[in-house]
Amino acid sequence: MSHDPAPAALPSGPVRLAGVGLDERRAIVVGASSGMGAALVRQLAGEGYRVAALARRKPELDALAAACAPACAATGGAVISAVHDAANLAEVPALFERLVRELGGLDLFVYAAGVMPKIGKEQYDTALDREILAVNLDGAIAWGNECANYMRTRRRGTIVGISSIAGDRGRKGNPVYCTSKAALNTYLEALRNRLSESGVHVCTIKPGYVDTRMTQGLDKLFWLISAEEAARQILAAARNRVNTRYVPLRWQAVGTVLKLVPSFLFRRASI
Amino acid sequence: MPAKALLAPPIPRRARPERSYERVEGWGMAVGSDGVVLRPRDVDEVRACFEQARREGKSLGLRGSGCSYGDASCNQLGHTLDLSRMNRLLSFDPASGVAQAEGGFTIEQLWKHVLPHGWWPKVVSGTMFPTLAGAAAMNIHGKNNYAVGTLGDAISEFDLLAPSGELYTCTRERNADLFHAAIGGFGMLGVITRVVLGTKRVHSGDLEVRAFASRNLREMMEYFESHKANSDYLVGWIDCFGRGEELGRGLIHDARYLDEGEDPHPEQTLRLGHQELPLTILGFPKSEVWKILRYFSNDLGMRAINTAKYWSGRLEAMGEPHRQSHAAFAFLLDYVPGWKLAYGRGGLIQYQSFLPNATAHAAYEQMMRWNHERGFVPYLGVFKRHRPDPFWLTHAVDGWSFAMDFKVTASRRADLWRHCSELTRIVLEAGGKFYFAKDLVIAPRDVQSMFPADRLAAFSALKQRLDPGALLQTDLWRRLFEPCS
Repeated sequence: MSHDPAPAALPSGPVRLAGVGLDERRAIVVGASSGMGAALVRQLAGEGYRVAALARRKPELDALAAACAPACAATGGAVISAVHDAANLAEVPALFERLVRELGGLDLFVYAAGVMPKIGKEQYDTALDREILAVNLDGAIAWGNECANYMRTRRRGTIVGISSIAGDRGRKGNPVYCTSKAALNTYLEALRNRLSESGVHVCTIKPGYVDTRMTQGLDKLFWLISAEEAARQILAAARNRVNTRYVPLRWQAVGTVLKLVPSFLFRRASI
Repeated sequence: MPAKALLAPPIPRRARPERSYERVEGWGMAVGSDGVVLRPRDVDEVRACFEQARREGKSLGLRGSGCSYGDASCNQLGHTLDLSRMNRLLSFDPASGVAQAEGGFTIEQLWKHVLPHGWWPKVVSGTMFPTLAGAAAMNIHGKNNYAVGTLGDAISEFDLLAPSGELYTCTRERNADLFHAAIGGFGMLGVITRVVLGTKRVHSGDLEVRAFASRNLREMMEYFESHKANSDYLVGWIDCFGRGEELGRGLIHDARYLDEGEDPHPEQTLRLGHQELPLTILGFPKSEVWKILRYFSNDLGMRAINTAKYWSGRLEAMGEPHRQSHAAFAFLLDYVPGWKLAYGRGGLIQYQSFLPNATAHAAYEQMMRWNHERGFVPYLGVFKRHRPDPFWLTHAVDGWSFAMDFKVTASRRADLWRHCSELTRIVLEAGGKFYFAKDLVIAPRDVQSMFPADRLAAFSALKQRLDPGALLQTDLWRRLFEPCS
């Protein structure tokens, strides 16, 4: 086993501070192949971040990395892509370790993976429900645990979870999707409280309608914003250390009203 | 009560992950790096960690609770083996006070287990969090070093798991070279997996404490010398902002154990409930205090705090001796949780030097004058009396130690290191030593002048014998020893 010669006492000072100063732009985005995740990667790369982009679909990750290449060249950022199924919890610790090593640290983590399969009116499908929970919730917890322990020991860092306004109520249209997002909200809140003494911030994002693959084919969409605009607002909320942010903000009013609607009325609504 | 029920409950084994990727830093936060941390639960798992590190081509840095201020438990070129999950008490005999525990058992677990039986650890540090293995590897001392020696003096036996996988049981007679080299051997020879140590019989949960204000260093040293024969604990606090006639002004806390009968209700004072540290400080909840201290973490604020402490200490010194619980007297560093965070992102270093009796006064005065001249005034100064011990790389001398806490900032870090290396010149010319649990600044040549050459050679030979592949390494080892091994 060979090692570099021990640094002498004096020069080691500034060298060992590396990572504390300017070099604080390293991020991981899980669920990066499309929608808000991809938009976040593009924006972070444009700001000079070194970003690890994770998703199941390799071709789309490659296309994303290629699309970010000019911005990276201009800003000094980088996009590292890694194929990862958010439901594959077993590979998370080793993948986390590898990516944080490659990035040289981690300052921002975004969990943007989520699925919302269309559920038929009379469909009760446990296997499908478990899939939704695996991606929307289990993956967030597996990554959240790694990030929490790492950021806690560094006493800094930001964890962002992309949840949904759908977590505010149990809707008849997609019960387990709502369940997964409600659980995610509670998990993120607990993590935020748990890490508050460690200087680590956890930000819950509740997007309304965003123009992504998930909302394609849905009717009656309103206040639709682009994924780029959503990503901009998400990063602003994370930087301002906001606890919970509806994106765009006007959904906060909707969320507040929806929470007040009594059950006997809510069940008649078509949502 | 069955014997099992007497044992202090270990920290739940799953409280920390078996393997994680996290930041590993010195307690002072001035050094550290990201890395893999392995947390074995027993001797076999430690062996498995050795194998795993070899497979991955990594060295292993041993770590207990990470209470060393500098780089003694950091390993930026390899993995870290954290012993904190191996924390069971294996036995305690309430008749003799002898305890046997796994290496990751902490001083906190120890005193909380033994005190209700009328025992107190012979040697404790200013914080209760170190593990026994870490404390033994650094050969820690307490405020009674001059009277009872270091932790090593209280240990009668330990098991050392060498990187070969071989387990050595070491006592003063059996594997005596290993016994005297691994205590104070800063984790370079093997993992201390089991420790047997004696505790001291106490007749009360309280000590009798008296305070004395000293106008300068000379007065402080005279007080120590005239009281060390009769006092069980002596610790000096120095206001490093004092200068001129008041250079080295400070306060001494002098404590003695109560004799049998002096405490009318020992069964009450020996209870853990009596040993609680205060929950509030000046009316603030103690968990919030560091956030306020942050605003004082500059020369002006610290001058104010030190001055206030000095004058309130002078008031206290006019009063009668008072009783204070063992824990409240011993663990001053644990009063304000997270106080180190008040130092900010650059953290702090503690520069603690040990000087022989003959040269200490002049050298320490010179160092304090240089602090003022160079604009590096320590925010905390602690002064203690020591005695020699038989451990190969011990820091203890027949003399004194002065620990100075310096704030580290990115902009003045290199200047601070330069300042410390100038102080080191004074220390070494005065025949002094340093302590690996604190150090972050000295150089290999300084180590060579601290210890006789034949002792360093013997230590290197032992390291070579037990760990020929140099599996066990830390940043401290590479900084100070690798060049001469």
